[in-house]
Formats: sequence, C-alpha cells, structure tokens
Amino acid sequence: MEAVIALAIGIVFGAGIWLVLRPRTFQVLCGLMLMSYAVNLFIFVMGRLWVDRPPLTPAGKPVDPALLADPLPQALVLTAIVIGFATTALYLVVMIGARGLTGTDHVDGREPER
Amino acid sequence: MRAFDHLILLPILLPLLCGALLAPLTQGWHRLKFGLGYASVLGQLAAALALVRMTDGGYWQDGIGVYLAANWAAPFGIALVADRLAALMLLLTALLGLAALHFAMRRWGRIGVHFHTLFQFLLMGINGAFLTHDLFNLFVFFEVMLAASYGLVLHGYNAERLRASLQYIAVNLAASLLFLLGAAVIYAAAGTLNMADLAARIQAMPDPDLGLLRLGATALALAFLIKGAMWPLCFWLPTTYAAASPPVAAMMVLMTKVGTYAILRLALLWFPSGWGYDALLWGGMATIVFGAAGMLAADGAGRMAGYGAIVSSGTLLAVIGYGQPSLVAAGLFYLAGSTFAIAAFLLLAELIDRIRTPREAVLAVTMEAWAVEDKPEEPMGQGVPAAMATLALAFGACTLVIAGLPPLSGFVAKFSLFHALLGPDHVPAAGWVLMALVLVSGLVSVMALMRFGVRTFWATRAAPPALHLSEVLPVVFLLGLTAVMSAQASPILSYLGRASEGIHRPGDYVERVLRQAPVPGPQAGQVHDGGPP
Repeated sequence: MEAVIALAIGIVFGAGIWLVLRPRTFQVLCGLMLMSYAVNLFIFVMGRLWVDRPPLTPAGKPVDPALLADPLPQALVLTAIVIGFATTALYLVVMIGARGLTGTDHVDGREPER
Repeated sequence: MRAFDHLILLPILLPLLCGALLAPLTQGWHRLKFGLGYASVLGQLAAALALVRMTDGGYWQDGIGVYLAANWAAPFGIALVADRLAALMLLLTALLGLAALHFAMRRWGRIGVHFHTLFQFLLMGINGAFLTHDLFNLFVFFEVMLAASYGLVLHGYNAERLRASLQYIAVNLAASLLFLLGAAVIYAAAGTLNMADLAARIQAMPDPDLGLLRLGATALALAFLIKGAMWPLCFWLPTTYAAASPPVAAMMVLMTKVGTYAILRLALLWFPSGWGYDALLWGGMATIVFGAAGMLAADGAGRMAGYGAIVSSGTLLAVIGYGQPSLVAAGLFYLAGSTFAIAAFLLLAELIDRIRTPREAVLAVTMEAWAVEDKPEEPMGQGVPAAMATLALAFGACTLVIAGLPPLSGFVAKFSLFHALLGPDHVPAAGWVLMALVLVSGLVSVMALMRFGVRTFWATRAAPPALHLSEVLPVVFLLGLTAVMSAQASPILSYLGRASEGIHRPGDYVERVLRQAPVPGPQAGQVHDGGPP
C-alpha cells in the first residue's frame, strides 16, 4: 500500500509542477492546487499508514497507544487544507483581476511576441 | 508564572485584536483607523522595549522567557519563547512599522479599504514568527504574514502591481508547500514539532532517521531561503519591491529578514556541529555577487533597493554559514542597520520618483476606482522647506549606510564584521573571499547609488517636488536610528554579543523550554494568582 500511495503522491505532485511552469494563469492555479493536494496527502501519510485504528481515545478507558493512529498529522493536515484553500482562493481573485486589467491570461500580463 | 510573563503574548495579541477591530470600520473612519493602528504599533514598541529589558536584565534565567500557550507542557502544546534575539527582532519590527505607518498617514492609508487591517495582521504574523517555538505554528504565522502581504502588495491596485503579485503569490505558495513537506518529513523522522524537543532528539538520533530529518531540514531551508532571498531563489524580489507601494515595500524588507532569522535560529539549534553551513556560506556569497551586479544594472530606485536587500541577505547568510559566534553578533548589527537603510531608501524612492514623473494622475484614477470620497489634501511645497536638498541629503545618508561608509551604522557594521573575521589567528580562505566580497559590494553600491543620485539630483531641471512633513519624517527617523546605532555602537554590540552567545548554546533552550512547568490548576489546591509555579 505504501508504494501505491507514494506513486500517487508523486504523480499528482509531478503533474502540479508541470502545470505551474505553464504560461497561462489558470494552468498555474491548477498546478498549485494539485501540488497542495499532493502535499496534504503526504502530511497525512507521514503519520504512517494504519488500517482500522481510530485517532481518538475512547472516553473513560485505559489507553493503549499501540491501538491508535497518530492524531497529530491529521490535525496538521486540516490546518494545511484550510490555509491552502484560502490562499488559493485569494490567488484566483488576483488572477481574475489581472485578466480584467491586462486583457490577457498570460502570467507576464502580456502576450508573448511571436 | 509571574505577571510580566504574559508580556510575551502581547506582540501577537495586540495587532490581532487591533486588526479585527479595524476590519468592520469603513473608509469614512480613516482618522480613527489610523489612530488605533498607530496606538497598536506604539504598544508593540513598548512591549518590545520591555522584552529587551527583561531578557537582558536577568528577569528570566539565561535570558530565555518561555510562555506555554493554553498551559500545555512543552512538547505537547505550543511554546512561545522570548530571548534576546527575538526581542531585538520585535523591536526592529515595531520601529519599522511605526515609520511605515506614519508614511502611509497622508495618502497610502487612505486608498483601499483594508490597508490598516492588513498592516496589523502583517505585524502579527511577523511578531509571531519571531516568538514561536513550534515548527507548525511557525508555518501558521508565516501564512498569516504572507496572506496579509499578498493583500498589501496589491494595495493601490494597478497593472504593474497585479503582474508583480501574481508571481509573488505563486512563488510563495510553492514555498509554503515546501515548508509543509519539510515539516512533515521532520515529524516523521523525529515525532515532534517543538523546536527545543527536536534539538534534544537530533543529538541522539540514529543514522537512517537522521538522514530523513536532514532531508526535511533541507526542504524547510529552501522554503526559508526563498523568503530570505538567497541566489538562485531571489528573482521574485526586485520586481515585487519595485511594484509595491512604499510603506508596504519597507515592511517587506523585514519579511526577507524573517526567513534569515528562521535559518539562523534553527541552524544553530538543530545542527550546532555545523551540518549544511557550507551551503549557506557559499550560497550567501553568490547572492552578494548577484545583488551587486543587479545594483549596477538596475534602472529605477525601487529595483536598486531590491538588489540592495539581496546583497544584505547574502551577507547575512554568509555570516551565518561562516559559523563563528563573534561574527554573528556583527552580522546582527549589520542586519538592523541595513534593514533601516533599505526601508528608508524604499520610502524615499517614491518621493524621488515625484521629481521624475508626477504620480498625481495615477493616484486620482486609483482613488476614483475605490470611490474614496474624502480626498486627501494635495501635499504642498511649503510642507518641507528646500525639498530638493532634503531629498538629496536623505539619499546621501542611505548611500552611506548601504555602502558602509562612515559615520553612519553601515561602517560600524562592516568594521565589526572584519574585526570578527580577522579575530582568529588563522583566517581560512573563505574568510578572505567573504571580506573581499563585502568590500567589493560596498564599492559597487557606492558607484550605483552615486550614478543614480547624480542623474536624479544634479542633472535634472525639474521643479522641486511636493513633499509633506509626514512623508519626510519617517525617512529621517529611520536614518536617525542608524545614526543612533553608530553613536551607541558599544552597548548595542555588547547586547548583540550576549544574544549571539545565547543562541549558540542550544542546550539552554532544551533545558528551559522542556522544563517549563505549566501553571497548576485549581485541583492542585491553589488558584493561580501570579504565585510561583
């Protein structure tokens, strides 16, 4: 399972890098989003992959850490998702503003000379 | 826990509350908004001065104050740590914030609705990044700072700023992802995110885990170096500085120093044995070369200041990478002086531009777009006598500091750098190269700035520009600070020496942060009332 997840994260991140290097702002935005998905998955996986282990301790019972998943990466990934979402939304607004003001969706704000 | 321990929280809490308070106020209240923002910055200045006194005056053992947020013991909760270095950076932030906000009083604070709110959030992010002792919390404060800076770079909305901020935001979003990757790998290797706890665990870490951790630290360092502008990660900087409105650009000078600060703190805390220092040393020296070449090639004042900031970043990174405690103290002196000078130069750049092209037309369009009803009075020539001479003198003073000529602080900084470099009996080759680069970069900046000054002040027949006192005062204030630094060099340098010694003893941080006991709750038989913990 580790190999499949690692490959998936690698492919998503690679696609993101390729898109970030494209000249149109929408492609850059999509690339940043793909990269942030890959990073979020990566943080999640850094708590190791477990099946059938809850991250929360049951109330009132003695706790055996070996039976529980690491809850910290899950908390981190929530924060990272929220922050990434907000900044991406902000980037989208800037992108629309740039499109309106410069009349082109090229990242340089002008069409390249051919 | 004593009552004054809560002061550590103030530089974060004050701008947060002030920013939240300012958010719903509309533009009609701009006098009130400015007043509240100004009061908040003054409060931060007072807090920073108090923290400098407390860390240096023996209020805390080893000069390290620890504040456990939400009263959780150190590796589990978030710890805030105030030491001499953090207090110094807080003081720098407050002084620079004061100057930038004062500069914005007349016009920049009045166009755009949320300037003052974003400015407070920017200060909160910067202060938080200086104080926090938890890696993920550092990420959060970086994001607060960056989110506010995205809005502020766009402030005064025109095509140039949009274009610059598109790239600035994309670069910084990618850098934030690198930060997350680094933090995640470090957590996977060490199982903690508390900086002091990490420092303790790295010393005893077996080999395969250590390799993983170093991988994470490298990703983290890349994220910091993008912010701290090391070559080849600094190409976003000159364009952004030149495009941003002057008060924002002045604050951004400090934001690059946040990256450098993080590198300094974490490198000394985690890898005191010297892993990775060579990369910083040679990368920093390459950055000096790149910045100096850029200064010669730059056409406008804004870009020139941007390249000046790159030279200053490069010098600092090389100083950190050289790995000699006495050099770090001189480097911190250089950091403070060059931050003030470049910020003053960026504020000055707009006033100088008025000699060349009157911007009133551009401003009028912007104000129409934002539907600002209350138009600021046009600044009049009578505001400052001898406008041209004032500008030229201020420009000359900036040149002196940036190039490192006497009598202002740049000279003292470079002199003490050389003194520290030549201190040991045997000076390695890297030391000679660094000295040569610092000298040459000083010479190059004299040439570039002189050429710019001659073209601007001597070779024009333009009418003196309209200046207002509120725009000249912050520049004079910042340059005055460098003069004070130069006059009071001895006490400041000895303070910085103690700060540098402190951060070179990572064991103290491990000891103080991990041993800090939480305040006992009421169950422990004692209602906490400021008594001893």
